Amino acid sequence: MLPLKWEKKLQEYMKSRERWFSELMQAGSTWQGRRKFLKMAAMAAGFAASKSFTPHSFQLVDVVSSDDRKPFTFAYISDSHLYEKTLNERFVRQLQRAVADINALDPQPDFVLYGGDLAQLGQPGELKLGAQILKEIKAPVKMMVGEHDWFLDMGEVWRELFGPPYYSFDHKGVHFITLMSVNEKDFWTAKGYSPMERMRIVAGLDDARQSPFEVGEEEREWLKQDLQKVDRKTPIVVFSHSPLYKLYRNWNFWTEDAEEVQALLRPFEKVTVIHGHTHQVLTHRIGNIHFHGMLSTAWPWPYAPTGLPKLTVQMNRQNPFNQTDGLGDGTVEVHATGRVDKHYNLWNRNPMRVSARYLDSEGAEDRPPATTLPSY
Amino acid sequence: MEKKLKVLVVLLLLLAFYVVNAQQHPSVKDEDKVMTVKLCDGETYVQLEGRLPNERLSRSEAEAVTNELMAKWLAKQPPAVAAAWTKEYQEGKKKAQQKAQAKAGDESVKQEKQTYEFTKRDIQMWERELKKLIDYGDQIFHDDQLIGSTNGVSCAMCHPNAANTHPETYPKYQIQLQRVALLRDMINWCIENPSRGKKLEPDDPKMRALEAYIMSQRKGVPMEYGKH
Ligand SMILES: [Fe+2]
Ligand SMILES: [Fe+2]
Repeated sequence: MLPLKWEKKLQEYMKSRERWFSELMQAGSTWQGRRKFLKMAAMAAGFAASKSFTPHSFQLVDVVSSDDRKPFTFAYISDSHLYEKTLNERFVRQLQRAVADINALDPQPDFVLYGGDLAQLGQPGELKLGAQILKEIKAPVKMMVGEHDWFLDMGEVWRELFGPPYYSFDHKGVHFITLMSVNEKDFWTAKGYSPMERMRIVAGLDDARQSPFEVGEEEREWLKQDLQKVDRKTPIVVFSHSPLYKLYRNWNFWTEDAEEVQALLRPFEKVTVIHGHTHQVLTHRIGNIHFHGMLSTAWPWPYAPTGLPKLTVQMNRQNPFNQTDGLGDGTVEVHATGRVDKHYNLWNRNPMRVSARYLDSEGAEDRPPATTLPSY
Repeated sequence: MEKKLKVLVVLLLLLAFYVVNAQQHPSVKDEDKVMTVKLCDGETYVQLEGRLPNERLSRSEAEAVTNELMAKWLAKQPPAVAAAWTKEYQEGKKKAQQKAQAKAGDESVKQEKQTYEFTKRDIQMWERELKKLIDYGDQIFHDDQLIGSTNGVSCAMCHPNAANTHPETYPKYQIQLQRVALLRDMINWCIENPSRGKKLEPDDPKMRALEAYIMSQRKGVPMEYGKH
């Protein structure tokens, strides 16, 4: 329980947040915004047409009817951080293990989300190796980009291999949006960093020389336009590499414009955000939005020293003598209601399920079992 | 002008003592017992009855003699010269007194503070040296090459800001190592296994720097050796 004083402060904060959100929503449809959207849509369409391999081309979204929803499952793999095979075979084997896990699912998931950070240092060799391994996945794959994939060539090779970094699609009555949430304001030009230096700085989780992650104005404008065509009752699932809230700035467990993005999602009844980057079991809820982290196949991150959301039931810290401990993949079970149960398939432990009921009840019901060995 | 006067006074004093000590009278009767102290102008002098010419004067006696000599010399000077000299002499004396008082004050403080103390400069120097070692450790911790990794895995990849290294929990028994492990044993375990490098000697500068960096990230955390 929070002390009374804090509880009051929290309430005040929530009230001011409310005001702020409604103002933001009213500022909505200006002619500048619309013009920008049209330009972007044309760009993306042109891009899609120019590529033969487009796992997810840009499409204008039809309003989704809410009557014919059936439950379904999709799976995820995330944060494999591949080096070239000759340098680090272990990370390659671990991604292959996840691919085998997913391929062994019966029934098969409707599709598989790859959660970003496929490569470690954005090298073409690393990304191509990743693409090759992901081709083994039997179900369709939806790709998301992570900062490790991006900052060597600002996404050039990644886009060539996988298409546009943000897009939306509809599936069985749910509107899905994949964001590119790891843009950073230019910290390199003034300092004269080379592309490789820039990549290494961003790859350093605790490297303070970099900027915070952000979705950015342009993409937020696209998101706004995308959402205008979606019924408020339609469940929305957003994929973002960074958590779409502010958890811990020092490690970029953070999205600088999280509040602006949340504001756009706020009018919808049921929103779920599935994010990568944090390499751990992570659970949060802000109003109508449920947030879930994804496991990594490369290494687990420790929990941030501050800012951990109240609803997070921590996964056991990694056993240092077992290199695949704390890693894994998982599935997301989408109910007919549009709310989701998040399954963490931890490789050396009991699987964890964080249910919609747990989040809906603000942690009062269906609490996942806690570890006796939390982080230090 | 004033400087010249100062030099002159010093020379005079030196000469006065020289005269006192230099005059040799191996055997003298009581009625011959007179000590003559001359100023370096060769004219002004003071005579001390009942003292042997080569006798050593006490400090206060010698001061009295030089004061008298100077007074006599001053009396013969034009008033302007005398006034300038007097002023400078008094100021010099005042400064010397203040200095002596300050020193005495210091000593009394020292006595209250026990056996030894260190200055701001000492602390600055120590902090600088400490920071150097910690920064070197920071650098190694974040660099797979420096740690000798052969697979690109650096320490910070799993331990941002040395999180989850919990140095405060060592020593503790590690069944996998089959002995009580120190922090350095776990550092070496990580170097050899996840990073596929060669382990460091306990006294290797890199090991010392890594320990320093890891500890520096846990300042204020209570020691809890043996905790699992
Ligand atoms: Fe990652
Ligand atoms: Fe990431």
